[in-house]
Amino acid sequence: MSHLLEIHDLEVKFALRTGDIIAIDGVDLTLDRGETLGLVGESGAGKSVTGFSIINLISKPGYISKGKILFNGDEISSYPDKKMREIRGNKISMIFQDPMMTLNPVFTIGTQMIETLLAHKNISKKEATKIALEKLKKVQIPSPGTRLNQYPHELSGGMRQRIIIAIALITDPQIIIADEPTTALDVTIQAEIMDLLQELCETDNMALILITHDLAVVSQVTEKIAVMYAGKIIESGLTHEVISNPKHPYTIGLINSIPGSTKPGEKLQQIPGMMPTLSEIPSGCAFNPRCTEKKEICETIIPEPKKTDSGSIVSCHMR
Amino acid sequence: MSTPVLAIDNIVKHFDITGGFLDQIKFKNGKFKLEKTTVKAVNNVSLSIYKGETLSVVGESGCGKSTLARVVLGLYAPSSGQIFYDGKRIDNLSHKQMLPFRKKMQMIFQDPYASLNPRKTVQRTLEEPLRFHNPKMPSIEINNKITEVMEQVGVDPAWAKRFPHEFSGGQRQRISIARGLILDPELIVADEPVSALDVSIQAQILNLLMDTGQKRGLTYLFITHDLSVVQHISTRVAVMYLGTLCEVAESKTLFENPRHPYTRALLSAIPKVGETVAKHIKLKGEVPTPVNLPSGCVFHERCVSANKRCKAEVPKLNTLEDGTQVACHAVEEKRDIA
Repeated sequence: MSHLLEIHDLEVKFALRTGDIIAIDGVDLTLDRGETLGLVGESGAGKSVTGFSIINLISKPGYISKGKILFNGDEISSYPDKKMREIRGNKISMIFQDPMMTLNPVFTIGTQMIETLLAHKNISKKEATKIALEKLKKVQIPSPGTRLNQYPHELSGGMRQRIIIAIALITDPQIIIADEPTTALDVTIQAEIMDLLQELCETDNMALILITHDLAVVSQVTEKIAVMYAGKIIESGLTHEVISNPKHPYTIGLINSIPGSTKPGEKLQQIPGMMPTLSEIPSGCAFNPRCTEKKEICETIIPEPKKTDSGSIVSCHMR
Repeated sequence: MSTPVLAIDNIVKHFDITGGFLDQIKFKNGKFKLEKTTVKAVNNVSLSIYKGETLSVVGESGCGKSTLARVVLGLYAPSSGQIFYDGKRIDNLSHKQMLPFRKKMQMIFQDPYASLNPRKTVQRTLEEPLRFHNPKMPSIEINNKITEVMEQVGVDPAWAKRFPHEFSGGQRQRISIARGLILDPELIVADEPVSALDVSIQAQILNLLMDTGQKRGLTYLFITHDLSVVQHISTRVAVMYLGTLCEVAESKTLFENPRHPYTRALLSAIPKVGETVAKHIKLKGEVPTPVNLPSGCVFHERCVSANKRCKAEVPKLNTLEDGTQVACHAVEEKRDIA
């Protein structure tokens, strides 16, 4: 059977006056029903662009220049916009980072939820209200009946993110793409939202793509992980394998630089330098100027992804 | 113990958000009344910071930690309470009298994009505090000082003529730190200095802060919500909830043996790398607004071990045998805390 979602050799370019820059460079990913995948990396690594390109939300000057995206075996990357709308927000939903910005401040929660339903399903307003109520209950919002008539500003950040999750769920999607869903929230609320997402994936057999920079969250929530650097996936595999036994020097550096992995008060291990800008990606392995294990070959030849003994896939000449 | 570098005593900071006269008119019990709406950002907070230590103030957004930092520096006047620097009271000083103290206390802000003036070169950003506080300082000396500090924070002094937009986020934060260090302060108040940075850059900046702290014998008041950062750099930690101190303890003690129910919930919510099962303590409800504070203990509505006393009586900050200070009736009565 085919996978729920397959991404083959995806390349996304942004056409700028100074020439095209490559934001995503040959990304391969697969996702099955009910699976949870974490996309991690620092800002500018291309994780959000990958998420956006799945539902074809790349806006100009960006465009998908190569590769294809298959959803249930259908090539959705070549769908015209009108046909894509049947998938986007319906079969594949997205949750964005900032719950303050995602909801429209001048419409009630109810209006915004019902609007989504009516756009995708041929049902009456009454039925839509019923489904909206049901979903609000599902995301554990207290007194859902009154919330329908409230405006976003009447709710706290955590509540709003729950509403957004409810809206994403309203059409019973098969995949949810969550782009930094808890970055704007406090730790205690983050823990609650993550619990909720995990629970929903289990009960509804929904697949989740979690885009985040927080390795700790990924290690708790996801089964699979893909680490991105400068537009490429440099290491992927089962989350617990990659986290407990990272192979790529960048993944190792990233895990070591988290304050929890060094004794309190001691010097943190740091990765020297910073991520290159997309217009100035170094030749060979993009990580080579910051790498501690760099050899000559790293400067000239782009490493191919290889399977390691632990089962993870790593793009590094030294492995 | 020696006199603390900084001591704050019963600081209260309320903000009036009523607005105009018409907004103040309220209708209650058949009568019109004038009523003010105040945000109770900080309520009766007392803390001491000793030389060379790093005291972190942690808490969730809206708990008043940033307000506290600004009150300490005199950027906000406290509604009541006193602030002492090296034993001298500073909260009632005039602008002019305050100047020598401002030199000793500097601040580093969260967002390196917003805290540097985009129209000033690094050189001008760094020389401004020097010229202001030392009007007679010769230019050569100023330039030497700028070169020295830039080298210390790891920014090439040759870039002094550049503008902030030519630097990355990490570099900008280094420049902000340089601006904080240029007057050779004793106390640095850092308000979420690494929150806006990526993990690998965050490690670089934290190392820089710890290094310079050691070399110059600095005292830090560190404001942050990131508990893994707190655990790494702090000597002592103060936990705030809704404008009130819950617990003040040595960093090691706090993370090994949190006493206050809120501290426990907060610590259990930190995700850890390599941990596959999340087992955090769930809190009831949400953080109330600081406009209408709950009666008694501010945390009682969400606390699992709260009882009648918690609802009625505000808990005092009691010192336990190991020096930890906790404001909780349940801890005081040795009730079982789930």
